[in-house]
Amino acid sequence: MNPQAASDAFYAALLDDDPEQLYERAPCGYLSTTPDGMVVKTNATFVDLTGYPREDLVGRRTFASLLTAGGRIYHETHYAPMLRMQGTVREVAFEIVRADGTRLPVLINAALEWDADGSPRVVRVAVFDATHRREYERELLRAKQRAEQSESRAQALARTLQSTLIPPSPPLVPGLDVSAAYRPAGDGREVGGDFYDIFQISAGHWVVALGDVCGKGVDAAVVTALVRHTIRALSVQQEQPSAVLRDLNDVLLAQGGDRFCTVVLVRLRRDGDAWSATMASGGHPLPLHVPAGCTVRPVGATGTLVGVLSQLRVQDSVLRLDPGDLLVMYTDGVTEGRRAAEFFGEERLHRSVVDHRDARLPADGILGDVLDFQQGSARDDIAVVAVRVPPLPATVHQQVREESPT
Amino acid sequence: MDDILARHNVRVTGRPDGRPVMFAHGFGCDQNMWRFVAPAFEDEFRVVLFDQAGAGGADPAAYDPARHASLHGYAEDVVSICRALEARDVVFVGHSVSSMIGALAALAEPDRFARLVMVSPSPRYIDDEGYVGGFSATDIRELLDSLDSNYLGWSSAMAPMIMGNPERPELAGELTDSFCRTDPQIARRFAEVTFTSDNRADLPRVQTPTLVLQCAQDAIAPVSVGRYVAEAMPHASLVLLDATGHCPNLSAPEETVAAIAPFIRDGRLVG
Repeated sequence: MNPQAASDAFYAALLDDDPEQLYERAPCGYLSTTPDGMVVKTNATFVDLTGYPREDLVGRRTFASLLTAGGRIYHETHYAPMLRMQGTVREVAFEIVRADGTRLPVLINAALEWDADGSPRVVRVAVFDATHRREYERELLRAKQRAEQSESRAQALARTLQSTLIPPSPPLVPGLDVSAAYRPAGDGREVGGDFYDIFQISAGHWVVALGDVCGKGVDAAVVTALVRHTIRALSVQQEQPSAVLRDLNDVLLAQGGDRFCTVVLVRLRRDGDAWSATMASGGHPLPLHVPAGCTVRPVGATGTLVGVLSQLRVQDSVLRLDPGDLLVMYTDGVTEGRRAAEFFGEERLHRSVVDHRDARLPADGILGDVLDFQQGSARDDIAVVAVRVPPLPATVHQQVREESPT
Repeated sequence: MDDILARHNVRVTGRPDGRPVMFAHGFGCDQNMWRFVAPAFEDEFRVVLFDQAGAGGADPAAYDPARHASLHGYAEDVVSICRALEARDVVFVGHSVSSMIGALAALAEPDRFARLVMVSPSPRYIDDEGYVGGFSATDIRELLDSLDSNYLGWSSAMAPMIMGNPERPELAGELTDSFCRTDPQIARRFAEVTFTSDNRADLPRVQTPTLVLQCAQDAIAPVSVGRYVAEAMPHASLVLLDATGHCPNLSAPEETVAAIAPFIRDGRLVG
């Protein structure tokens, strides 16, 4: 037979295919039922799939009675109402209980046909074997549940980790008002790189450290923890902030990896009613000094990033903080806070610092301004620490004046 | 107060001065379940339809996992809607689980409800010693599995279309295709609350005159359960319908209307 003749014969055979065989041997099970579900007709495929002899089904069983108990409830509460209301039901998942008691996962499409007078006449149901699909779907469902659990564990871990990098609340320092504010980027699901620390060396002798480790997540958190604890350990041995930062630079380089950071370190010593501040910055924005009644000015000298080059260029600056003076340290999440293409910037920050200089918690006020500017959502971590020497009470001034003539 | 009416997609039709008849749908679909029944009462009554929290066109915010962890939360919603409508002398018609929700509402504010109609009710679905509810605890777990596998077809993109559309009429065409679809988490919780509840102890305390409509061959609430409900309530009568299945409001609306109408008009029974 030549190819043309073979092709013709094939199509001729298709056209001759017996409609009865098309129904009986279709690659899916067919059921026809009365509107209340009684089986009136079925095909050989359905009989093969389920193992019920035809005579046990027709006129004897309803479609719902072939389902599991859970499936029967779903049938009554969802499938039947949908079929009645919209005339068709697509891709409903059931399990049919076979004649031998085993279960056959199926997908059902069904259509309801109405009489000319609009009353339901017959339901036609197509039944597809979905054994393998259902197994796969169950795996998907389990994977989804596992993913959700793992996500919530990861979030809990991030929160716990973050809480170890930031003091729960600033310590009470005699003779100094300390306020600190921190806000992680976005929804706080990821551990940020900003950190700060405030700790005591001895009576009237404190250290404030504030910095930003590049990157986010667990890798950054490991470096942040290292930086924070190294600063604590070194500050006990080293007097000069610049010396502490140099040693920190060596530690980071020795540790390997490509994480670097910026840090500003301020050593505070009490001197009567005033404080002396010695500070060094390793590539970090300079602290802002607001002397009582004066404007804001950055103090100190910006050095180089910590953990990049073997020679760190940093220098110490000394500043006297008189009663009423405010010193603010912040990370770049403040000045780089954005609204559309606009940055919060230094000018807004200086204004915000002046606005909150006499507030009870200046750091919280400044953070609030940055968040308001960004309409509540932080694109980057924000950390602010503010230390203020309490102004002398007016009565003390008077006493001094009254006493001076004598 | 008007908020609650929007939240529950409440629609009021019929005679504004008529006695209020409130139709409550059960687990599965929404107020469309009454589409073939409610219009028959509009000439004579003030007809109130609403969607239960978490169902149909109800505002997602109406659903509170803590409050709706028991049928009492749903009963509070019913009472709040009646208050907002200043409806008194209410006839409450509840299908399936909403029958028990109606009983709890009537116990909470007996003066507000004049009559209860329970369509295919069950006070407890799971068998107990000396009581046949029709299901075992395993069956109910299977139902929850069945919900899970059927909600694989649910996508988050559908949620905004189905939920939070108090203005349904324009969208009715598109939405009929999805009127039985609910947020899978909520559907699961509602199923759990529904099929694990036990309100048998509440029934004897309900003083409101009650009509129990029972279908033949109801796969969810068998005839023996319907009888149990009618016998446990001090002022209840049972009417057996010829209709089969669990939803006579869909499968036999005329028979359902014919049974309800005389009872809520003057307490007569037809059956």
